[in-house]
Amino acid sequence: MRFSEELEARFARLASQYPWKRSALIPMLLYAQDEVGYITDEVVSDIAHRLELSELDVRNVISYYSLLRTKPAGKYVVQVCTNISCLLLGADELFEHCKHRLGVGHTQVTPDGRFSLEEVECIGACSWAPAIQVNYDFHLDVTPEKMDKVLDQYATKAQA
Amino acid sequence: MADVNITVDGKKVSAPAGTLLIEACKSAGIEVPAFCYYPGLSVQGACRMCLVRIEKMPKLQTACTVPVAEGMVVTTNSEEIVQARKATVEILLGNHPLDCPVCDAGGECELQDMTFRYGAAESKYMEAKQHREEQQWSPVVYFDRPRCILCYRCVRVCGEGMDVWALGVQNRGVTSIIAPNKQDHLECEECGMCIDICPVGALTSGAYRYKTRPWEMNHVGTICTHCGDGCKTTLGVRRSKGGMEIVRGDNRDKSGINGDFLCIKGRYGFDFSHHEDRLTQPLVRQDGKLTPVSWEQALAHVADRLKQVRDAQGGSAIGVIGSNRTTNEENYLLQKFARSVLGTNNIDHHRTADYPAFAKAIAGKQNATATLRETMTAPAVLLIGNDPTEQHPLLAWNLRTNHRVHNGRLYIVNSREIKLRRQARAFAHVPEAGGESAMVRYLAGEENYASQIETAGFNRDAMRSFRDAVKAEQGLVIIFGSELRGDDVQALVRFGAGIGAKFVCLGDYANSRGAADMGLYPDLLPGYTDLARGSGFAQEYGSVPQQPGMDIVSMFAAAQSGRLGALYVVGSNPVARYNIDPAALKNTFVVVQDMFLTETATTAEVVLPAANAYEKSGSFTNTFGDLQLLKKAGDLAGVRSDFELIVRIADRMGADIRKLVPFGKGVRADMGQSRGAQSGEADRHMVWLSAHNLEPKLSPFDPEALLDEIERLVPGYNFSRLKLFAGHEAHTFAPEHSSVGQPSAPETIVPANDTLFTSGTLGRYSNAMNSVIENRRAPEEIPAD
Ligand code: SF4
Ligand code: SF4
Ligand code: SF4
Ligand code: FES
Ligand code: FES
Repeated sequence: MRFSEELEARFARLASQYPWKRSALIPMLLYAQDEVGYITDEVVSDIAHRLELSELDVRNVISYYSLLRTKPAGKYVVQVCTNISCLLLGADELFEHCKHRLGVGHTQVTPDGRFSLEEVECIGACSWAPAIQVNYDFHLDVTPEKMDKVLDQYATKAQA
Repeated sequence: MADVNITVDGKKVSAPAGTLLIEACKSAGIEVPAFCYYPGLSVQGACRMCLVRIEKMPKLQTACTVPVAEGMVVTTNSEEIVQARKATVEILLGNHPLDCPVCDAGGECELQDMTFRYGAAESKYMEAKQHREEQQWSPVVYFDRPRCILCYRCVRVCGEGMDVWALGVQNRGVTSIIAPNKQDHLECEECGMCIDICPVGALTSGAYRYKTRPWEMNHVGTICTHCGDGCKTTLGVRRSKGGMEIVRGDNRDKSGINGDFLCIKGRYGFDFSHHEDRLTQPLVRQDGKLTPVSWEQALAHVADRLKQVRDAQGGSAIGVIGSNRTTNEENYLLQKFARSVLGTNNIDHHRTADYPAFAKAIAGKQNATATLRETMTAPAVLLIGNDPTEQHPLLAWNLRTNHRVHNGRLYIVNSREIKLRRQARAFAHVPEAGGESAMVRYLAGEENYASQIETAGFNRDAMRSFRDAVKAEQGLVIIFGSELRGDDVQALVRFGAGIGAKFVCLGDYANSRGAADMGLYPDLLPGYTDLARGSGFAQEYGSVPQQPGMDIVSMFAAAQSGRLGALYVVGSNPVARYNIDPAALKNTFVVVQDMFLTETATTAEVVLPAANAYEKSGSFTNTFGDLQLLKKAGDLAGVRSDFELIVRIADRMGADIRKLVPFGKGVRADMGQSRGAQSGEADRHMVWLSAHNLEPKLSPFDPEALLDEIERLVPGYNFSRLKLFAGHEAHTFAPEHSSVGQPSAPETIVPANDTLFTSGTLGRYSNAMNSVIENRRAPEEIPAD
């Protein structure tokens, strides 16, 4: 399997960066996921091959991290933290709000493919709870009103 | 390493520095319960069952991860510890069903034992248990997730122990799950080690699951009947309508030379034994068709015809072919019968290794053969040819363990990229066809062979450093396959002896070595004794023909040209193996003893249904020379042991049975003396015999009577009886004591080429071996044994 020139170059660098090749596994999976959208069977076998691992090893790691996915997701993945700090400051309502607004539940994708929704554990932004993450961007101190704005922004972006 | 002194429960214990606390406790007879810890595998520290209190340490510690330290004071049993263990069991039971009565592991489950001991069946958890459906991963491996306690023993034994790495862990926390390498199924070596090592009923075996209960079986420790390594396998048997059926094979108690290792053949490959095609009635050809007759009729027919041919045409018109799977006693008896009753040296078997050349090369050396156990502890091993992963799975296991646990150095010479190269310090990848033998010459210092083995990947420098490294090794064990024959073996032994090495010659079947040691050769008496030097045997047997007989190939040539009046085949299928046209045998009276109607049996005039090695007692010698006792486990109505059949035929031919099988000698004389002056002697003798598990030999069908004779007459078989009868192996030294003149016909050696999933004729009738998907390679040829 061939990735973009840029990613190929990145992989080449990664593979030589660590004393153990396998240490490059997680970054590689993340980059591949960003480019392909999710981790396909083909990506699994390709990366296993590059790092001299078994496919089983690669799958073990993927299944450990909720950030890595093996099914297609929306263009924007909305992750709502419902862990303790966020929970205390209204994360549950926030998540309900998202469900209502997007019309999908946990790990589901909107029919237009623009959004997917996930309820996740602590994303390390407790000081600004409730917090959400959309792809790699954080949004802090979120209220249902703020949430609507954020989603509107992404909806427009997705159209562009 | 220096010993360290610690105190455990008030007891002084010392153990070498570096020993894990749990092992130190065990050596002092103090049990610390453990789920994830398993000796020989890496430390996991996952289950927290082994908690103990160590003075001066703030919290309870896991005994499986802490090495002993000088002055340590340890408590393994206190109220606090009992509570902690109870809590651990409670957590483990959080997701575990409480239905031991329907679980396949019920009655031999470590979790069940611990729950009984610590009484944690009552749970404080309110959460619903996570249920998942049971999965079948292969014909032999099933997985039931809810029962799994995530000890990771299976993952480690498959990876570290087997070097297969077919099992992994997916997800995390309470949702963790053991996963097979192909997402919904396994592609692996199907050894069943993962099932065996699983402390609970999460992994179960397709062969055994839900068939019976451990306490409903008899457990008989005997020797595997497949490859030449001789694993001990404990067969679970129970009564069935045709006798005793074998339902399970394992070696949980780790007795025997294999510890708890078994490959798929030893663990599941017993099912040929109750295959529906088993012969259970003697057959005699009538009007061109093999027809069931009584034993009386069949035996009389065989004896009459053999006698006729012998008396009319002489012994040289009779050929005898023995087996790689019959016992030493049977092989010995067969050649004795051939030589002393039939009066012929025309005796041979399907040869899979050049044992005679090995014996000739090694003759006169002291203690020059390595035992199987030594392959696990030797500081260095040189392996030339063969692929032990496929053909000698236990040896492969030992070499891997040696590498992993004892830092043994492995050097490999092979024309194929065999799997064991992953453990090798150096791998000489030599060209096919003759590469191994050229490499031996090169090792021995014949520089001109270098050009024959040089390849892009293995250049002169690599060659030289390989040789230098091997030559610098002390305590080397050299193991070689059938790629090396004749002069190559001679050259190798000369080279190895120069550096003080010990040797192993690899033969393919369970008793290939025994067949060779017991003299199933036309030119060699038992113990590789040259015919010219066999006066000891001649004296004992009455007479032995002086001329070397015909080998297997010449026998069929003789049959073709009408010079072979009779052929007696015991447990072999040469017609298929050597591609013989059945028409070649049309003028020969053929008798076959076998379990199945093989290609050879279908050409016979009489077929006698034989018992297999799981259905009789006797002994096997593995390819290393380790002698071990078989115990009768299975039983099938209608079959008889080859031993009994040979004796019965000899009897009907009018031979003196007491000479053939010296039963009732010695011991019996004492037995009658229950009164009179000597009575006490006799009783004491009986007491001694039974105390040592010895039995008086009172029957002509008792192989032990011949074991005595083997011990007495076969050079190199002066083994320790006590060891043997206590269930251990006893190393023998026939090659060292041999007197081979001119080793014959290396061209009659045809390797079995078995894989992990085939095993000669037995493999053809084993559903377990045929059902796994790894067994896709079409058989190259039809096996002989
Ligand atoms: S059967 Fe053997 S090779 Fe297969 S998964 Fe189990 S331990 Fe590994
Ligand atoms: S399947 Fe058995 S051996 Fe494997 S982790 Fe689970 S309990 Fe342990
Ligand atoms: S390694 Fe050989 S002796 Fe051991 S179980 Fe397998 S076939 Fe039998
Ligand atoms: S609990 Fe939500 S970010 Fe930490
Ligand atoms: S046995 Fe020590 S933690 Fe499992």
